[in-house]
Amino acid sequence: MISLLQGEILLVAIVTSIACVMPGAFLVLRGVAMMSDAISHAILLGIVSMFLWVQKLESPLLIIGALCAGLLTVICTEMIIVSKRLKKDAAIGLIFPLFFSIGVILITRYGRNIHLDVDMVLLGELAFVPFNRLVLWGTDCGPYALWVVGATLIMNALFIKFFYKELLITTFDETYALFAGFSPIFFYYCLMIMTSITAVATFDAVGSIMVVALMITPCAAAYLLTDRVPALLGLSVVIAVLSSVFGYFFAFYMDVSIAGSIASMTGVFFVGALIKSVVLNKLA
Amino acid sequence: MISFFMAHYTLFLVMYGASLFGITAGVLGCFALLRQQSLLGDAISHAALPGIVAMFLLTHSKEPWLLLIGGVVAGIGGVWCMNIVVAHTKLKKDAILGIILSVFFGLGLVLMTVAQKIPVGSQAVLNKFLFGSVATLLPVDIVIIQAISLFIFLVLFLLWKECCAYVYDPLFIQSVGYSACVIECVLTGLLVLTIVVGLQAVGVVLMSTLLIAPAAAARQWTVRLSSMMILAGFFGCISCVAGVYVSACVDHIPTGPSIVIIATMIVLFSLLFSPVRRIV
Repeated sequence: MISLLQGEILLVAIVTSIACVMPGAFLVLRGVAMMSDAISHAILLGIVSMFLWVQKLESPLLIIGALCAGLLTVICTEMIIVSKRLKKDAAIGLIFPLFFSIGVILITRYGRNIHLDVDMVLLGELAFVPFNRLVLWGTDCGPYALWVVGATLIMNALFIKFFYKELLITTFDETYALFAGFSPIFFYYCLMIMTSITAVATFDAVGSIMVVALMITPCAAAYLLTDRVPALLGLSVVIAVLSSVFGYFFAFYMDVSIAGSIASMTGVFFVGALIKSVVLNKLA
Repeated sequence: MISFFMAHYTLFLVMYGASLFGITAGVLGCFALLRQQSLLGDAISHAALPGIVAMFLLTHSKEPWLLLIGGVVAGIGGVWCMNIVVAHTKLKKDAILGIILSVFFGLGLVLMTVAQKIPVGSQAVLNKFLFGSVATLLPVDIVIIQAISLFIFLVLFLLWKECCAYVYDPLFIQSVGYSACVIECVLTGLLVLTIVVGLQAVGVVLMSTLLIAPAAAARQWTVRLSSMMILAGFFGCISCVAGVYVSACVDHIPTGPSIVIIATMIVLFSLLFSPVRRIV
């Protein structure tokens, strides 16, 4: 059977996957899924510059820095799109590598003796999660990452619960939302803030590539199986949790990268959903 | 002059390789930009990882051209999967790109951890793949870049008319009897080839910039495809040469990121000040 240590890793993986799915569903519905890729890379700049300033890896300022970098990416990208000089995909592909590059240069130039490298942000290491404990008043309260990711999950869930209606109409009908008095731009940025926070909170556990896998793939798979938003959210959570569990055990028994294995597992579920939807379409 | 050249032989070699690659990527990037496939480069460069590692696992060799073949196969596989999903679902294009990118990369990571158990050691391969290292371009890499560039320019020269027509009006090219599928395959194949070659120079995250930035900058200065390509090649070349030069002169500046920053600066300058489509 699995030990307590492995249980903690699995728990962090599951909570992470649920937290990622929530903004992910709306990113996929809005057709801005690649922004998650852009944001999860660009936060490197925020993390590095804040780290160089405060010299501590656990500081909450790191999250704020990363959030600013994520938002700055979105704003710069939007500015280029609005100017109509470049198409959306070119604007996304242009801005985030710039931020990422500045981050890499800062690390190599000023941070060579620190416990922060680019591999860590890109790939993460779920297996190290239990070693960084949160200790409050002398008592061990479990892995630090579990609390960070858990708080993000609760925040995302509350945001979706309270602004569900607004998110829904700004996603599907911007003109109607404007008439009804909800600013589509405001909710677009809310969604981007949610994506940035989630990417920051999960980066040291799972890395930015797996954030992309968990944000997009389960939701896209669910999108193939249903066309109702509540069902889509529920199905995505189920697929994400199953991917984390199967992915974790696959990684555990084969002794391979946990993050990579979970990302691959979301792909397996997507292929399953694809086959099911194609077969259903053929029958109908 | 000759003694100066000899003293900086490695630098010139690296500059030559990088600039040649910059030209090729810039020219091909024009097609990607005009067909709104800029992020395809990002997806393909991530999708190449499992192929590269699988080739390493199969052959246990670090021959660049062998790994290259693996990368090209996986890259084409990624595009093929993408086309299947596009054909069978109503999913938006960028969600599909994200899926291919992250799932293939995840698969690559899994294979990578398998490869790490082999005593030959593969951590270096992963690092080179992720961040690239122009500074370690070997003469054999330069030969590969030369051959691939020559091949790409030859294909473009021979199929120039067809490619132009296809980019602007895919229906027209079909109506006059050409197969759109063949041209599509040729263009995508060339793109995959360029990306996989470029991975070891600039790395996976920064590869997409070399495709997008020169073309995006060139687009601001002209409305003709031929002059756009020449300009894009020029911008790509300039960014690579300047990037290599900066990272050679200043300590602890990696080459890939410095190339990216210079290329993006050229785009921002073009966006703001080009006479044809300027913002300011």
